[in-house]
Amino acid sequence: MSVSVRIPTILRTYTDGSSEVDAGGATLAEVLDDLEAHHTGIRARILDDTGALRRFVNVYVGNDDVRFLDGLGTPTPDGTQISIIPAVAGG
Amino acid sequence: MREGAFGNATGLVCRECGHEIALGPHYACPECFGPLEIAYAFPEVTREQIEAGPRNIWRYKALLPVPDDIEQSPNMEPGFTRLLKAHNLGAALGIDNLWVKDDSTNPTNSFKDRVVACALSAAVEFHSKVFACPSTGNLANAVAAAGARAGIRTVVFIPSNLEKPKQVNSAVYTDSLVAVNGNYDDVNRLASEIAGEEEGWAFVNVNVRPFYAEGSKTLGYEIAEQLGWRLPDQIVIPVASGSQLTKVHKAFQELITLGLVEDKPYRVFGAQATGCSPVSVAYKAGVDAIRPVKPDTIAKSLAIGNPADGIYVLDICRQTGGAVEDVSDEEVREGILLLARNEGIFTETAGGTTVAVLRKLVESGQLDTTLDTVVINTGMGLKTLDAVSDRVGAAATIEPSYAAFTGSGVV
Ligand SMILES: Cc1ncc(COP(=O)(O)O)c(C=O)c1O
Ligand SMILES: [Zn+2]
Repeated sequence: MSVSVRIPTILRTYTDGSSEVDAGGATLAEVLDDLEAHHTGIRARILDDTGALRRFVNVYVGNDDVRFLDGLGTPTPDGTQISIIPAVAGG
Repeated sequence: MREGAFGNATGLVCRECGHEIALGPHYACPECFGPLEIAYAFPEVTREQIEAGPRNIWRYKALLPVPDDIEQSPNMEPGFTRLLKAHNLGAALGIDNLWVKDDSTNPTNSFKDRVVACALSAAVEFHSKVFACPSTGNLANAVAAAGARAGIRTVVFIPSNLEKPKQVNSAVYTDSLVAVNGNYDDVNRLASEIAGEEEGWAFVNVNVRPFYAEGSKTLGYEIAEQLGWRLPDQIVIPVASGSQLTKVHKAFQELITLGLVEDKPYRVFGAQATGCSPVSVAYKAGVDAIRPVKPDTIAKSLAIGNPADGIYVLDICRQTGGAVEDVSDEEVREGILLLARNEGIFTETAGGTTVAVLRKLVESGQLDTTLDTVVINTGMGLKTLDAVSDRVGAAATIEPSYAAFTGSGVV
């Protein structure tokens, strides 16, 4: 299964500057594993030492924040758009 | 970057892991995604130097990431708003000494003019082409106006269901108001994505956020100066993203460090509307993580369901012996009327929330009514007229005769 992942500026050093990359996996956790396989080091930027999503990163599967879905277990059907975005204070 | 463009600021430092990077339009730590904050090397700053400054936020320019010649560049000159002794409201609530810091008198009628002035300075120094923001309303008003005055193109993004007056208040200043079908968190996400792709855009609360956030410190400085260079014992502050509360606390800490006020304990209280109260919920549950919510409240300016600074609000309120409390929409309306009818100040729903929370904190015994207390009114009621227009109106409609008046029962 193939999904496309939007990469925030601060992680583009891992993707040779690409703002969007393809990855495979049936869940967000699997997608992150696949990302790591092709872009070594990127997963540790997104997940903390315990393997949980870092506090200040928001991951969206489609239009939904995965914190409203199943977190890392969120299903990622073929063709899904995933976005990784730093959390920001609003206004 | 020109010499001294950011005053006494020395760099950006991650609030989570301490990682440091050079000053620039960056907001997320490259190591851990944590929020970047401005670090400074402050020179000695005296009360006299500050008091000799202009009656706007630039009197504190030595403590902000702005150049020494900031007063020469066109800006809205916000700040130094009144601190009113609230005799009647204090008496009504049973608080011995209560003050209202009234930020509704800023140029576009909210505290956002402060943060925008600092963000604008940074945007200009970075030679940004476009000045932009996602907003719950007030920020869009402030960005659009400040951009017009500075002669820089503005594009502001808001949720499409925002109060009409807030939409008009932006659209008069800019032809690029973008209404997004979604809630604030959706708008914020879109802005973050655009900020990652477009060169030369300064999103005040995204990529120049560290500079923007510093503007809220001036609320804390002013309160201390206006109390006679003294910190209040208790302060009640509305919470959306939590940035303002965090920075008022930072301001108090800086004043202590610089020896401008005496070091003493103070309690910080956060105010939310129940329909969007992720921080209050976490506070009451005694947990450190904040679960995002989908907002549903009339307090739209506070309707941020995923507040990035929420965890810092929790820390500050807990550490200082304060609390985070929330009130229903009906209580928000009552809060608006309580302030209007006791002090002659017409606040918007955010202020209604804050005043209603103040009352609730008194009733529950969480606030010490014998201590000096400040409540911040961050915005103006004319922008959220609908919230109270069904609750108030003519007491009677009569013919123009004395007899009709005396028969009306009004007095
Ligand atoms: C009137 C008003 N008060 C308070 C706030 C909350 O500010 P913060 O996001 O810094 O918590 C906002 C935010 O938009 C606002 O418009
Ligand atoms: Zn960090």
